[in-house]
Amino acid sequence: MATLIEMPKLSDTMTTGKILSWLKKEGDALEAGTAIAEVETDKATMELEVFEDGTLLKILAPVDSAVPIGGALAIIGKPGEDIQGLIEKAQSPAAAAPAVAEKGKEVKVQEEEKPKEIKRQEKPQPAAASAPKTAAAPGEETGRIKVSPVAQRMAAERGLDLRRIQGSGPGGRIVKADIERALETTPAAAPPAPAPAEAGTPAAEAYTDVPLSSIRAVIAERLPHSLGPVPHFFLEMDLDAEPLLELKKQLQALAGEDLRLTVTDILIKACANALRQHPEINSSFLGSAVRQYHAVNVGIAVAGKGTLLVPVIRSCESKSIGQIARERAVLVEKGQAGKLSPDEMSGGTFTISNLGMLGITRFTAVINPPQAAILAVGTVRDVPVVKDGQVVPGKRMAITLSCDHRAFDGAEGARFMATLKQKLENPLAISL
Amino acid sequence: MPLIEFREALNQAMCEEMERDETIFLMGEEVGLYNGAYKVSRGMLERFGPKRVIDSPITENSFVGLGVGAANVGLRPIIEVMTFNFAILALDQIINNAAKMRYMSGGQLKTPMVIRGPGGAARQLSCQHSQAIESFFVHTPGLIVVMPSTPYDAKGLLKSSIRDDNPVIFIESEVMYGMKGEVPEEEYLIPLGVSNKVRDGSDCTLVSYSKMIHLCQDAAKQLAGEGIECDIIDLRTLRPLDLEPVYESVAKTHRVVIVQEAWPMCGVASEVAFRITEDLFDELDAPPARVTAEDIPRPYAKNLEEACAVQPDKIIHAVKKVCYLAE
Repeated sequence: MATLIEMPKLSDTMTTGKILSWLKKEGDALEAGTAIAEVETDKATMELEVFEDGTLLKILAPVDSAVPIGGALAIIGKPGEDIQGLIEKAQSPAAAAPAVAEKGKEVKVQEEEKPKEIKRQEKPQPAAASAPKTAAAPGEETGRIKVSPVAQRMAAERGLDLRRIQGSGPGGRIVKADIERALETTPAAAPPAPAPAEAGTPAAEAYTDVPLSSIRAVIAERLPHSLGPVPHFFLEMDLDAEPLLELKKQLQALAGEDLRLTVTDILIKACANALRQHPEINSSFLGSAVRQYHAVNVGIAVAGKGTLLVPVIRSCESKSIGQIARERAVLVEKGQAGKLSPDEMSGGTFTISNLGMLGITRFTAVINPPQAAILAVGTVRDVPVVKDGQVVPGKRMAITLSCDHRAFDGAEGARFMATLKQKLENPLAISL
Repeated sequence: MPLIEFREALNQAMCEEMERDETIFLMGEEVGLYNGAYKVSRGMLERFGPKRVIDSPITENSFVGLGVGAANVGLRPIIEVMTFNFAILALDQIINNAAKMRYMSGGQLKTPMVIRGPGGAARQLSCQHSQAIESFFVHTPGLIVVMPSTPYDAKGLLKSSIRDDNPVIFIESEVMYGMKGEVPEEEYLIPLGVSNKVRDGSDCTLVSYSKMIHLCQDAAKQLAGEGIECDIIDLRTLRPLDLEPVYESVAKTHRVVIVQEAWPMCGVASEVAFRITEDLFDELDAPPARVTAEDIPRPYAKNLEEACAVQPDKIIHAVKKVCYLAE
């Protein structure tokens, strides 16, 4: 019996996939595992493979078309089979705009049952050549979102991102029922007490949506017009790097040879702890609310093959420096080899970019939306410092926080930086 | 509570008011000797005499104009039109005189009159005698327009209409005259310009008036069987419009269907839908829908007439559509 091949959900944030090319043509015989098309998502370019033997009977999505998740791509079956019914099904509005919740489920089930059916092949994204922008904001594609007024209001009240919701109404309109479904799968306003379920499990779904005050709403509305889509401001401080380097040395000695610790690992842990104390920094500006994430998922900017990738270490607040170091090593290695999966690059709530090893004294990093902040770390410098009235040799490191002014203000950012400095200059505090 | 016919409720309202106030008189075609074309004025000639229950010639524009003049000089006429199709002949008196005298005289003249009779279609009366033309009057400032749906409402609203100092267009329905309903023996009034919630539901709001309320009730019963619960708001007075209960309901259900017997263009449904959209935009989950007659002269042929008219099935479909349960 002929089967309809639909656009799978290849990344958390994709809503459509673009057909870059068809690798097979109508009439070609296919074996299970044959790649038939190249698909570009918001994250990466992947090859789409078929799950079963058959013949490519009909291509439904032309090259360069953007197909929503669940949208029809092709029909596979036996030569001469009657596929008129399937073509009609593919062209019906219901098939063109299926509910994302259901489709998401289906694809996940398929992945569990047949884990090797969708092979994900990473290719560097040409658009991500500058700045740490690889884990791009979801739904950056242009085009108006159709949404009923009450659905829009409910989404704003509950802090739901409409770009992540597929509408079930006419023409893909997001209606009240879609919001209610989304709320069932993503409980909104989570309880204020931070409760990361289990150590090591990603808990980026847990967050608190703080409704915008009227002043913040005005700030949010005006600032983007003055300074680009994300209104940045920058907070910079020098810190004494000696205790940090000392701790790294001691920990390395204890860990032995099979674990190589870096300053970044301690930075990640210190940031995670400081962010738990300052949840307003670990956040996203949503338009009508600021979402404060309960878990700290730290993205680390990694220079990959000709591009910049930002793999994410999840729930750093509940991981040890050693766990973080191991994960970081694996992710950086994969990144350099161009083998990171979209999952490994999504869900970040904060990013650290360390160019110290390249000798950069200080720099300002560009925020990785929808995150609200990124920390730029410079090299450790040998400088004369004044200590007890005497000029003595010292070690200094510059850290610069780039902040989204829509999400929080200067003083909040400064308090976070003070906490971070306190932790890095007294790094034993990290283990408290 | 006694169960009486719609026509009897109207008769009681007129008789009670005429007993109370000697300036009230009834005039129209065959209201006297024949007891009214639909027997609404049964017994009134006998009871009040030929000076207060007056048979008119078949001259709508003239006897409506006579009523306007009588009202302007201190009487309180009730003018019965045999049907509102015939009131079209009197539009000049209604729109140019009744609706305007108070304004043009700077308030020196008032026009306390009621123009009443059946509107809308009955069965197979063809297009000239089947028209629901309430919009003509609703469109006109200076008039009050009332369209009751039950004997109880009819009596209470007609008494208030007779007591009002403005010209009131009071539209009944030929097919409802025989409908029975509970009407208390003691006197009561229902204020003009107040709509009424007649059914409770959470999924969709039905807004209607007059005999379409009963089709809405039918549709709502069938929908309840499928798990869809409708609020029903009976507007009762079309001008001035009281939309507060509608807004309260739509803020709860987020979906609304407006049902009227009349043609779609520039009708009451258009106005209600517009105001909901304007005032309640953020509450809507779907565009307001309306169910109306088809936009054609009403056919005489039985099958075509049925296809043209509002039916419960059409209401059910519209409700499902705004609930995104039907295309």
